[in-house]
Amino acid sequence: MTEPETKLPHADVSDAERKRRQKTRSIAIGVGLALLALLFYLATIVHMGGNVFKRPI
Amino acid sequence: MADTSMNAAYDGSTAAALTTGGTVRDFYQLLKPRVMSLVIFTAFVGMISAPGQLHPVLATIALLAIAVGAGAAGALNMWYEADIDSRMARTAARPIPRGSVTPDEALAFGSVLAVLSVLTLSLLVNYTAGALLAVTIGFYVFVYTMWLKRRTPQNIVIGGAAGAFPPVVGWAAVSGSISLESVLLFLLIFVWTPPHFWALALYRCRDYERVGIPMMPVVAGPDATRRQILWYSLLMAPLGVAPAFTALAGPVYLVGASVLGIWFIVRAVAVYRIREGRAADHAAQQLFRFSIFYLFALFAGILGEQVARMGFGL
Repeated sequence: MTEPETKLPHADVSDAERKRRQKTRSIAIGVGLALLALLFYLATIVHMGGNVFKRPI
Repeated sequence: MADTSMNAAYDGSTAAALTTGGTVRDFYQLLKPRVMSLVIFTAFVGMISAPGQLHPVLATIALLAIAVGAGAAGALNMWYEADIDSRMARTAARPIPRGSVTPDEALAFGSVLAVLSVLTLSLLVNYTAGALLAVTIGFYVFVYTMWLKRRTPQNIVIGGAAGAFPPVVGWAAVSGSISLESVLLFLLIFVWTPPHFWALALYRCRDYERVGIPMMPVVAGPDATRRQILWYSLLMAPLGVAPAFTALAGPVYLVGASVLGIWFIVRAVAVYRIREGRAADHAAQQLFRFSIFYLFALFAGILGEQVARMGFGL
């Protein structure tokens, strides 16, 4: 099996650019997790329906 | 296992040089956005057609989970097939062969998204839909990508089941079950897959041959593939009309699906008859493009009839 021919366009990316991309990815992961938390929150509210307002005080 | 060693060889050649160079866009491309859009559409039609009701928030979450699950399967597929992707014209520009994302990153990305999508659908919508999504991802990654694709010319026939599952998952998200109608939606995509991919394989035959993928034209030859395409088309056209005789669709769909089915057969006959030169490639390309429109049109027709029933009580 010969090694595949691959171009490595990102191999010579500068450290600054690498860090910038890493930061962008971190932000994207953060936004994704926040969205997931929001989805679980919204789904919980939907599942509880109107009962959420009928709790004893 | 030979396949694993092929993949491992690829891992070693790139991972060291590339660690954190990928952009968000590169990772997005790992999800196979074009495939994902078809998955979203067919799953949505499954959801709209299913009996029962689902809160719009939960329906949106279900659709999102199905889309992410399909994308995760795509990322895992790209991880495993990086070695052959880099040597095929159609796939050489994908993020891993391009060197933008390392195979390890793709594996982690796909695995995390697969688990999250199945958990989200199971916990927030229902367990039947979650289990079906898990089966879909598992079937695509383990059965199609790892087992069948490099071993048998029937790879896309059996593997086509993975692409056919999304409307069944969508249906189950709303109804919590599987029924005759959702199985029919499954069969539509399942029988459509072979003529669709074999048409592509006919004019990309050399690519597949070079990387050792036993697609039908490579193993059985172009003529046998053309015959198979015709047989599957003859089976698919009546199946495409079948939803008109269930609760899925009605007479408008019947007319549209009949015309499109006949045209599909006409295109398949053209592929069968024109076997030499650029005209043969052209016929296969035309069938491939039309097949995409055909499937989209059938599901759009079902969607249209369902929306008409809801909106106008038809």
